This record gives sequence, C-alpha cells and structure tokens, in this order.
Amino acid sequence: MEENLLEIRDLAVEYHTDDDVIYAVNNIDLTVKKGETLGLVGETGAGKTTIAKSILRILPPLQAKLMSGEIIFDGQDVLKLSEKEMRKIRGNRIAMIFQDPMTALNPIETVGYQIAEAIKQHNKIHRSEADKRACDMLEMVGIPMDRFDEYPHQFSGGMKQRVVIAMALACNPGLLLADEPTTALDVTIQAQVLDMMRSLRTRLDTSVILITHDLGVVADFCDSVAVTYAGEIVERGTARHVFKSPGHPYTLGLFGSLPRLNSTERRLSPIKGLMPDPTDLPKGCRFCDRCPEASEQCREAPPAGVETEPGHIVKCHLAKGAG
Amino acid sequence: MLRYIGKRLLMLIPVLLGISLVVIILIDITPGDPARMMLGTQATEEQVEQLREDLGLNDPIYVRYGRFLWNTINGDFGTSLMTKRPVADEMLLRLPYTLLLVSLSLVMSVIIGIPIGIYAATHQHTWRDSGVMFLSMICVSVPSFVFALLLIRLFGVKLQWLPLSGVESWRGWILPCVAMGLGLTALIARQMRSDLLEIIRQDYITTARAKGLSEGKVIYRHSLKNAAIPVIMVIGGVFGSSLGGSLIAEQIYSIPGMGDYIMKGLSNRDYPVIQSGILVISSMFALVILLVDVIFALVDPRIRSQYVSKKRGRMSKIAKETEEIQAV
Ligand SMILES: Nc1ncnc2c1ncn2[C@@H]1O[C@H](COP(=O)(O)OP(=O)(O)OP(=O)(O)O)[C@@H](O)[C@H]1O
Ligand SMILES: [Mg+2]
Repeated sequence: MEENLLEIRDLAVEYHTDDDVIYAVNNIDLTVKKGETLGLVGETGAGKTTIAKSILRILPPLQAKLMSGEIIFDGQDVLKLSEKEMRKIRGNRIAMIFQDPMTALNPIETVGYQIAEAIKQHNKIHRSEADKRACDMLEMVGIPMDRFDEYPHQFSGGMKQRVVIAMALACNPGLLLADEPTTALDVTIQAQVLDMMRSLRTRLDTSVILITHDLGVVADFCDSVAVTYAGEIVERGTARHVFKSPGHPYTLGLFGSLPRLNSTERRLSPIKGLMPDPTDLPKGCRFCDRCPEASEQCREAPPAGVETEPGHIVKCHLAKGAG
Repeated sequence: MLRYIGKRLLMLIPVLLGISLVVIILIDITPGDPARMMLGTQATEEQVEQLREDLGLNDPIYVRYGRFLWNTINGDFGTSLMTKRPVADEMLLRLPYTLLLVSLSLVMSVIIGIPIGIYAATHQHTWRDSGVMFLSMICVSVPSFVFALLLIRLFGVKLQWLPLSGVESWRGWILPCVAMGLGLTALIARQMRSDLLEIIRQDYITTARAKGLSEGKVIYRHSLKNAAIPVIMVIGGVFGSSLGGSLIAEQIYSIPGMGDYIMKGLSNRDYPVIQSGILVISSMFALVILLVDVIFALVDPRIRSQYVSKKRGRMSKIAKETEEIQAV
C-alpha cells in the first residue's frame, strides 16, 4: 500500500460543443495506491465519468479537449504514450466498467464473443482457449455459461451489467475503473457484485476507482474518498478521515442527504440549489452559491487545498490546516 | 427462418394482385384505342369494333381483370398486339439486359459508395469529408439522364473513347452503368457516412475501444456491421428505383431491355405487354425487398429473434418436466 499506482496531476478536460465550452474537469489531483480502493462521489454532472475516461484516453475525440495535466500510471504518463502503447494498457492493465449496461454492449455480437474478444486481444492464445476463459468469466459473475452464444437483448439489465463486469475483469487489470457498477442492480445482486470486486482485490491486489452515489457503499468498500463538485475535487482523504471529520461544507451536505436509520429524522435533506452551469463557472469557490457559510472571500477567490489531517485535503477557505 | 420466408412469399400474393388491379385500371382510363392503333386510320369503324370484340376489350373491367389473372397464373402472359409475338418469350430475351444494367450499376455503386462513405465518416471535420460530401450532393441532385447525356457528349462525341449507344460489345455497357450508378453511388456513400457517424457515437464503441482493440477492429467489427443495417435498406430501395431508372437509360443508350419494351408497349397501347411487363418488374422489386428483410434478420439478432421460433430454453423444459412429475 505504499507506492502510487496512479497519480493524476492538474488534469483539466473541456468539452467543446458548437457554441459552448463545458468545463467538465478542472485541475484535479488524485492518487491511488496499489491495492487501494478510492471512492469517487459527487452529484450527477460533476465530471466523474470524464475523469475515468481520461485515464483510459477514451474521451470522445471530437468534443473533448484535454487542456492540461499528467496521468502517471505505474511510472508512465499515459497521456504521452502512443496510441499503440495505449492499446496494450486498455482492457488489460486498466479496465473500465461502464455506467450504462443497456448501451455498453454491442447489440449484434454475442456476449460471449464480446468477452472473449478482450481476452484474445491481450493474450497470445487460441480462439477456443479465449472462449473457454470467457465462459469461466461468465460463470464467475453468476451467468450460466450456456448463455455464451446469446445476444445482449436476451439479457436483463442486471445480467448485462454482469457481462460488462466480466468483460472488465477478463484480463485481471491492475486498475479497475468502476463507473457506478451497481446502480442498475437490485440490492442482493449489488452485494454480490461488490463481493466479487472485493475478492478480486484481495486475490490480485487490484486497485479500484469506484464511482458511486452511494455513500453506504463507500463506507464499507473504500479505503479513501474523493468528493467531486463541478469538475473539482473539493475533498479527499482516507474514508475514515472524511467520514469522521468532513471538512468541506459540500461533503457535510452530502452526508446530510444520507438517510440515517438510527436518526429520528427520516427524510432526506438534499442540498439546496443546483450545481453551477459547467459552461459558466463562478470565479470564486464553486460551491459558494449553495454554501450556508459562504463569505465575501468565497465569492472572490477560489480556495486552495488545505491539508487538515495527513493526506486529508479540503478545498475550502474555512478549512483549518493541521497543527 | 424458412417459415418466415414462406410467410413473406405468401404475403406477396395480395401485393401483386393489387398491383395488377392498379395497372388494369390505369390502362382502362388512359385514352387511346388499341384496336384502332393496330388497324391504322384506314380501317372502318366496323373492323375496329370487330377487333375490339375479338380481343375482349368490350368486356367489363372485372372480366378482363379475371381473365388476365387466370392467364397469368397459368403462365400465359399473352401476345403482343403489335408484334404478335408471345410476351413471355420477348420478356425472357429482354429481362437479362435490364437485370445486367441494374445489377452492374448497383454493384458499382456499392463497391465504390461504401468505401467512400467510410472514408468520409472517418475523416469527419476535415476538408476531405467536406469535399466528398459536396461532390456526392451534386451527384444525388442531378438526374441520371443528365449524366447520361453529358457522358455521351464527353466520351462518345468529343473523345470518341466509347460507343454512343448499343451494347454489342462490353464497352457499350460502361456509359449506361456509370450514368445510372453515379447518383446511386453518392446516395449509398452519404447513407454509409451518416450511419457510421451515428454508430461511432454509441457507448458500445467506447466499450470496444476500452478493451484495447485497434481502430480498424473497432470500425470493421463493431461499427460497420451495425451501420450496414440501414445501408442495406437503402440499397434495396435503390434497386427498385433503378428498375425505373433503367427505363430512361435503355432509351438513351438503345439497350433492348424491359424498360424499352414497356415504353414501346405504352406508346402503342399494347396492353398485354404493359400489364405483364409491369407485373414482372414489380414482382422483382418485391422479391428484392424480401431479400433485404432476410439479410436484415441475418445481420441483426434482435430482428431475427422476432421471427425464428426460439429453441425452447432448457429451463422451461425442466419446469415442464417437474410439472408433469407433480401431476403424476
Ligand atoms: N460528450 C460530451 N459532450 C459534451 N459535454 C459532455 C459530454 N460528456 C459529458 N459532458 C458534460 O461534462 C460534464 C461532466 O459529465 P460526466 O459524464 O463526467 O458527469 P458524471 O459525474 O459522470 O455524472 P453522472 O453521475 O450523471 O454519471 C457534464 O456537464 C456533461 O454535461
Ligand atoms: Mg457518469
């Protein structure tokens, strides 16, 4: 758990549409250690998927523009690799579970083929051997292997999600980018999928970036947490630190919107207001319009990161540095 | 699958019945008397009336329709009023010309149009794409007979590289095929481009990239097959319209095909020729559309599963067995 497997520095991504520039990711820093699971949380549109896709360099090439940053994976800046070198990493050393299982599978290829394809791409093995391993992967995610030759439309949403997971795990990646892998699943299956990822983690020491809306999942699955807001990471640290002493008002707000079983208040208290328009971000703190404690300073200047505890960084003017 | 094809073939019957009815009615309401045309202006009114009676032209329309159907079902396509030759024999001679013309130009447009479409789509937002699309826009908008005339002027009259008309040698086929194929090529290229661009934006293409597949595999294995589905549909439709288009090309290049035959039949009010000719052309169109649907089903498992009776899943079999056991 010492060396950093992934280190993102100063990453900025914009989407250029016909008449707007969407500032989707704004100068974020992030590290993931070997074997660590990082929970990436935040509202819809905060830029979580964009961060994950940047790591694999699979952003839509025409709209997305990488403005700055380094993404060091295992000592190499993936942004500097050639397309050919990058292909050896994709699906092999870094794999991604996509957010929407309904659209992530090719409708006119069998699910078995789609899993075997990834295996065959990265291993010098015969087709039949790849098929066999793909069958094993299907069984592993709890789909009987005689459904190998079926097409995605014959599968339920949850089963498609498992196929997507099987595909991502097929080559035993060192880093797994799981974009809301359990959102489409019911609670029991959710637990199974998380167990599956957990066993992979212990078996292969895989690092995971888990994108989720579910703070409960973060609490019992993640070693550390990064909270995204309007394309920034407003708070990151170990899960223990962040849950015990959240430093950013937004994080506090998120925790406030968690239904607590032991509290007398059963209603969610979602944070008031909306995330700022990503085409027109405020010049000060991005959260100031919704922040109950915002001051003049917050509106004027963007806050810098403050280390409140070792490794616990909060981007807020009100945060107080440790010692 | 076979059952599906059989069903579709059965469904052709009412379609063809409808078409022949429309043709009969159209011939009935167009002015001009076939008997008068046959006998010429010298003939007396009695002679014409006699011929009308002999030909059965004075019978009510439903009788004529019934007779036409009955004869056609028995393989009798009638005799041309003008040439006195059996229509079936004549069509057998002429059909190959039309089919050759249509298929040559169609094959040409598919072979050229699809790569052009792929090229344009993979070079989107570059001058290459814009250039290709501009040219194709022109080719789509200009009617094919204009091309035919331009090509004759350029290659036939000015450069004298190719014969002006006639298809006695293979060189005679080049101009008519190009004239007919230009518009089709452009149409197919445009369709291919827009479908491919649509498919490339899909999530499963990102999934394919995320597996580490090369761009070639992403395009050919994952995008093209999906994009092909609407393109096949367009090709089927284009086939139908080029059957019509060949009518004009055959006239311009004096190709003795079906179009030429039907045109002559029309100007002579040679109704057996018109009726049977249109029926044959329409059946061919209908068969092509059927072929397109079959190809669809072969390419797309979602469509296939609607037609093919799914092999009973093992689960349901087991469930049935347990039911039976319980019943006992
Ligand atoms: N292809 C695209 N073109 C233009 N804008 C995009 C594109 N993809 C994403 N965006 C914009 O970038 C911002 C971040 O999107 P992203 O998908 O990263 O959010 P997210 O945090 O994953 O949200 P969710 O929780 O809903 O998945 C959003 O404002 C979104 O509208
Ligand atoms: Mg997302």
